Amino acid sequence: MMKEKLEEIRQKAVSEIEKATDPEMLNAARVTFLGKKGELTAILKSMKEVAPEDRPKVGQWVNDTRKAIEEKMNAAKEKMEQEQMNHRLANETIDVTLPAKKHKIGHRHPNTIALEEVEKIFVGMGFEVVEGPEIEKDYYNFEALNIPANHPAKDEQDTFYINKDILLRTQTSPVQVRTMEAQKPPIRMIAPGRVFRADEVDATHSPSFHQIEGMVIDKGITFSDLKGTLQLFVKKLFGEDTKVKFRPHHFPFTEPSAEMDVSCFKCGGKGCRFCKGEGWIEILGCGMVHPKVLKMSGIDPEEYSGFAFGIGLERIALLKYEIDDMRLLYENDDRFLSQF
Amino acid sequence: MKTSLKWIAAMVPGLTSDPQEYTDAMTLSGSKVEFFVKQNADLDKIVIGQVNKIEKHPDADKLVICQVNVGSEEIQIVTGAPNVFEGAKVPVVLDGGRVAGGHDGVKTEGGIKIKAGKLRGVASAGMMCSIEELGATRDLFPEAPEYGLYIFDEDAPVGEDAVSYLGLDDVVVEYEITSNRVDCFSLIGLAREAAATFDLPFEPPVVTATGNDEDVNDYVSVEVLNNQLCSRYTARVVKNIKIAPSPKWMQERLRSQGIRPINNIVDITNYVMEEYGQPMHAYDLDQIVDKKIVVKNATNGEKFVTLDGQEHELDENMLMINDGQKPIGIAGIMGGENSMITDDVKTMLFESACFDGTNIRLSAKRLGMRTEASGIFEKGLDPNNAMAAMDRACQLIEELGAGEVVGGAIDIYPEEKKEIRIPFEPEKTNAFLGTDIDAATQLAYLQKIELGYDEATKELIIPTFRQDLLSFADIAEEVARFYGYAKIETTLPRASATAGGKSFKMEIEDIARDVAEYCGFSQAMTYSFESPKVFDKLLLPADAREREAIKISNPLGEDFSVMRTLSLNGMLASLSTNYNRRNKDVRLYELGNIYLAKSLPLEELPDERMQFTLGFYGDGDFYTMKGAVEEFLAKVGLNDRLTYDPAAGKTFLHPGRQAKICYDGTVLGYLGEIHPVVAANYAIKDRVYVAVLDMPCVVDRASFVKKYTGIANFPASTRDLSLVVPKDVLAGQIEDVFAKEGGAYLENFELFDVYEGAQVLSGHKSLSYSLTFRAKDRNLCDEDVNPVMDRIIKALGELKVTLRQ
Repeated sequence: MMKEKLEEIRQKAVSEIEKATDPEMLNAARVTFLGKKGELTAILKSMKEVAPEDRPKVGQWVNDTRKAIEEKMNAAKEKMEQEQMNHRLANETIDVTLPAKKHKIGHRHPNTIALEEVEKIFVGMGFEVVEGPEIEKDYYNFEALNIPANHPAKDEQDTFYINKDILLRTQTSPVQVRTMEAQKPPIRMIAPGRVFRADEVDATHSPSFHQIEGMVIDKGITFSDLKGTLQLFVKKLFGEDTKVKFRPHHFPFTEPSAEMDVSCFKCGGKGCRFCKGEGWIEILGCGMVHPKVLKMSGIDPEEYSGFAFGIGLERIALLKYEIDDMRLLYENDDRFLSQF
Repeated sequence: MKTSLKWIAAMVPGLTSDPQEYTDAMTLSGSKVEFFVKQNADLDKIVIGQVNKIEKHPDADKLVICQVNVGSEEIQIVTGAPNVFEGAKVPVVLDGGRVAGGHDGVKTEGGIKIKAGKLRGVASAGMMCSIEELGATRDLFPEAPEYGLYIFDEDAPVGEDAVSYLGLDDVVVEYEITSNRVDCFSLIGLAREAAATFDLPFEPPVVTATGNDEDVNDYVSVEVLNNQLCSRYTARVVKNIKIAPSPKWMQERLRSQGIRPINNIVDITNYVMEEYGQPMHAYDLDQIVDKKIVVKNATNGEKFVTLDGQEHELDENMLMINDGQKPIGIAGIMGGENSMITDDVKTMLFESACFDGTNIRLSAKRLGMRTEASGIFEKGLDPNNAMAAMDRACQLIEELGAGEVVGGAIDIYPEEKKEIRIPFEPEKTNAFLGTDIDAATQLAYLQKIELGYDEATKELIIPTFRQDLLSFADIAEEVARFYGYAKIETTLPRASATAGGKSFKMEIEDIARDVAEYCGFSQAMTYSFESPKVFDKLLLPADAREREAIKISNPLGEDFSVMRTLSLNGMLASLSTNYNRRNKDVRLYELGNIYLAKSLPLEELPDERMQFTLGFYGDGDFYTMKGAVEEFLAKVGLNDRLTYDPAAGKTFLHPGRQAKICYDGTVLGYLGEIHPVVAANYAIKDRVYVAVLDMPCVVDRASFVKKYTGIANFPASTRDLSLVVPKDVLAGQIEDVFAKEGGAYLENFELFDVYEGAQVLSGHKSLSYSLTFRAKDRNLCDEDVNPVMDRIIKALGELKVTLRQ
């Protein structure tokens, strides 16, 4: 009798659960069958009417029924949640090709990007980055670099003067002298900075531009060290396949002096419009620090030797980023800057 | 500097390299070749032809039909050239040949191919050419007609190669010679380098004795009053001058050097100039008063007419060549009209001297006449070369039969320039270069460039033409360049520990860049010099300290004449450029120096102060800029004691929208909206916001020291305050009250609403703050917070700030 009744409840419950189409209906079924005032609870409450010896058996029946209903209920709930989730996900599909929401980040000047690359390479080789004044004494800019008064090189450089002793530095080389005066070897430094020459503005000239000076002073520094250091530098800057060529040249403050060419990174040295058909691009001037310069800066040339180099920063930036007009670097047009 | 490759090869027997090999090798040994021009690159199948017969063209008035003997055969050519005549010897391009360009002188790359064809129905088997079609100019071939065919002299061999007959089969090599190698501004100098580079013999011209039995001293006397500026003066005399064209070989060499042949005398001076790198001058001796040369300084204000007919005013620092009465030439720059050689010259004085390079350079600069001679002299010549050139010139006079050289030479040379000696130290050279070149090889390199060697003292003897070789390092370079820079190994400096890295200042600047960019600002770079008009554009008062700018004594123009004392102009000009190019919402920053004189005129180096300047127009307002400033300052550890003072006193900023940025009482900079009048001065019709931070002040206070203070374990208690605030009371003042009265538990406060409008009492604004209290060790209760809130509200009351009802 009791068993039939429980079976009836179970069937009713299953039917209700199957009929449920949303969580509310399912919950209603739970309340109806399993709740405090539900039908199964009512049966349990009427257990006192059952003969004591039958009670464990009936109790077992009730529990089995509850378990069966609960299982059915949970399965239905799980299924319903799954469906709901699927439904939600389907509804929430978006067009991933719509434009991004961006916090607009600014752009670094190509000169700085190039400089940072150069700095990183040299700092990695143990070079210190130093600075010197942009308005400089004639002594540091010329005389201490073995360019005495009335030397034709002073004319060649088209110097801006403030007065006869003070000028706008035409090169970062005076930082060599200042560093040697202030520091004892071993010295490994680079000195980036702004320099000035009286050149009218055009696509390849600017009265204000940047150089990166470099210098190594120690015991036993050789020309082969100069070659090795600079070769390593350009391979890191322009790629492992870059070839270098050192050509004899003249600078008053180095001896021997050289200009360094790199194989054109556009055509790999075959010759193209970029390198004017030569396959090589001139990249920097360098040399062994002139013994006279060492001596003037208080370093004994018999004990120490060293090398120095000067790189045109704009030249690197123009080459690396294929910028065809130097004026762009100082106009600060957002459409230009945003490309870096 | 340029040279004819044929001329070089004449002094370097066995030099057979093609121009490209020559270029590469010379460049790598130190004589950088910029480029070379093969004169006959675009000329092909051009012979000397002779016009045998001319007939009218049946269908064209301006054309004629010529029968031309080209050696192997007679061909028919139709031409429109007006100057053709029977018997004329002319350059003829045969069928399939090429010319360099048109007769207008415009060259065609690769040349123009000439094919047999018909002209107005009449067969024409080739073309007769003008000098321009051969790629040359009437300037170098003055005998060529202005319009028409080039006509050869009567001796020209018919059927021969016309191009080589004209000497147009040379290669012209252009070098970049550095200022230290004065000797290489001559054919001899470069031939010496070429011989050493290719390891071939070097055979410079052999100069033989010249002159008749007479004595030059009977013709002229020379007195040098300034031996400082004229270290050597040599003079010789040539009489019975016969002006005539110079021979073909000399003309060809001069033409290859780009020099127009004129007559034997002029050509000889030019030839020796090219060959020896020594400028010479010829005076008409009959015009020289008292037959006397005096070399002395000019007097101030003296006037002088040079041989180009120009009058110049002289000064006492200029060296002049005088006769017994008057100046006849500006030493080393240009001769005078009064003594110049004319076609009627009978007797002349040759001058070959050595003048002080610096003086010539400065004089030429003051006179505004940089001549070819002054350009050479200013490099500082070897006085020992002067007499060698003189003797070479006289040798050529005799060879060419241009006149009779008078015996003897005048040579005023009080202090002979001597060869110097440098120890030969092959091991030291190897140690310096990082090479292992044996001593004999090193010596061989040096001897190839004519350095002597004294075995007894182991010293190198440096010829005077190599005035750039003064010490050990110079010798090392000579060894290196002939050994080959390419052959020197690549090594890295043996490690002496160096720390490397950037300074603290640079690190702060890096952070400034990073933060500015995260805040949307792009990096600008502007010039360090600007126009003094900038100060007016920025409405700076007449006595503003910023107007005390350092002036450049030789600026490119007024616009670049003063060193900037504030960084705003560059920023505003850049924003203006963007605005006028219709770029929207532009944000820029710059890190650049300003230059503040300690006193004017400048006696010591000025204070160079790095400025971090930000500016924008478009999207954003004052508080956007303030945000960027605070993001930066927070990153460098300067967020805790930051205050803003509206009394910034900047004329170029909006009076109600500017503030000094202060940290712990020190002004770090300012920010604000650009005054509308200033914005208009920069043609920007939008609100512009700027901030300028003085980086030395920032760097002095910046710190990267950070300490962990723990994460709060107990919940916070927050209280909101909605305040009615009189308009003239600043939020900063209210926040000062919070900071002062907030006590130990006030963790944080935040403004979450600002309202000005109808619902607020007039003359007031509404500010709403959220205050967060927290204790580290326990839960806070009302008893902890309420008294603090009371104190705050009471203190706010003193500012007439009330709670909103």
